[in-house]
Parts: sequence; structure tokens; C-alpha cells
Amino acid sequence: MIKLIGYRPDFFGVHMKKVTHEAMRGSSAWSVVDRELMAALVSRVNVCEFCIKAHTAVAVRACGDEPKVAAVLSDLEAAPISEPLRATLRMLGKLTREQTVTADDMRSMLAAGVTPQQIEDALAVGFAFNTINRLAETFAFSIPGSKALDAGAKFLLAHGYR
Amino acid sequence: MTNIGQQRKALTERILDGAGTASPSERRAAFENTGLAESVRTLIQKVATQATAVSDHDVAMARASGLTEDQIFEIVVCAAVGQSTRQYDSARAALDSATSKE
Repeated sequence: MIKLIGYRPDFFGVHMKKVTHEAMRGSSAWSVVDRELMAALVSRVNVCEFCIKAHTAVAVRACGDEPKVAAVLSDLEAAPISEPLRATLRMLGKLTREQTVTADDMRSMLAAGVTPQQIEDALAVGFAFNTINRLAETFAFSIPGSKALDAGAKFLLAHGYR
Repeated sequence: MTNIGQQRKALTERILDGAGTASPSERRAAFENTGLAESVRTLIQKVATQATAVSDHDVAMARASGLTEDQIFEIVVCAAVGQSTRQYDSARAALDSATSKE
């Protein structure tokens, strides 16, 4: 990730970092953990191993609940999370898989108690990670070991994506 | 509330209209995944819809057509941002539709 962001940063990295930081750390009714879970789930649907591991590590470090994070990624419908978050992750998964969602999908989320602003905030996370996943896969990022992942997670929690 | 509108606009304007080694029309075609030269069509299509399937051969095809690494980097970035933009716009339209009828 650092290599991609650092390659000709004026073309892409500088601007992408601003988008990602706002999506992941900007003011939102979603917590940092919620948004890291969204990033990990979008990455899982895109089968982006680097991003799944990186954002799973951040989510685990932020919430201290590894089984919960694992449950979200392996069986969303049974995971011990709130219904609004579940509905949101479901929509992001569909958008990522099928490239589109319908007004009925949005109505389901609203009925589950998700506010329109929360939907917009989740779509911002979806935009950032659907972009980054594609580039990580295309440029074939190598997957770091667990020590490096933990160091990366610590950095992202302390400093965000700027 | 998160508002990535301004940052997203700056990103899109930079990659499509700012200085680059690929021409603005090549970058626009990659962003829209349409009207592409044969030599880059498979690469861009895969970046947009199946990035895990991008192969060295796809990149070699683009290089063989005379594109430099910098040009390939630019059109790949445009393809990724373009597809995410279509997803995002589709979902925002669905949300607008769902909230306007309430």
C-alpha cells in the first residue's frame, strides 16, 4: 500500500489518502471499528488478501474482539453485531459483488434503523476500498507477516490514513 | 458526518484532467471502460470487474503496444476509480430514490 501511495503521489496517492482518511476517520455515527469492519468485508468480497488482512488487524486491535471480527467475515448473518451494522455490511457486500444496488436495498437498510447519513458514510468506505482493492490486486501486493500487520494496524489506528 | 465529495472530485479531476503521460482521452476511456484499444481492453476490463484475474500477460500486451509503465499505471488507476465511481453513483441514486418516496 505504501509503495502504491508513494508512487507518483501527485497523480494518485495524495488525493486518495484524503478520500480514505475522510471515509475512515472523518466525523461519523459509525465508529472506527465499524468502518474497519466495512473495509475488511469489502476486501473479502473482492478477494483482496492484503487488504483483508490489513483491515482485519486494525479492527481487531481497535475493538479487542477477534472472534467478533472473524464472525463478521465468515458468517455475517450470525455475527454478534447490531442490526443496522449488519444491514449496512450486507448492502456493501452486494454493491461490491454486483456493482449496483436498488432502492429496495436502501429501504431495507432504512427499515433496519440505518440513517441516510450513515448510508452515505458507508458508501464512502465502499468507494475507497473498491478502488484500493483493485489496485492492490493489479499491482500484486505481497502479504506481510503478522508482526508487520500488527505494526501497520497500530500506525493506522494512531495516525489514520493521511 | 463524512463528506468525501470534495476529496473525490479532486481525485477524479486530477487523474482525468491533470498532467499525465497517458493522454486525457486514454485516461477517460479507461475510467469509463469503453472505447479502449484492443491492446489494453482485457487489462482494463479485468481491473474494473475482476482484478484478481489480472495477469502478467495482460500487462505485457499493453507494454507491447508501446505504452510505458507510467502510462499503464495511470490507466489502471483510472479504471479502478472509474468502476468505484459507477458503484458509488448507483448506490447514491438508489438512496435518493428510496428517501424521496417517503
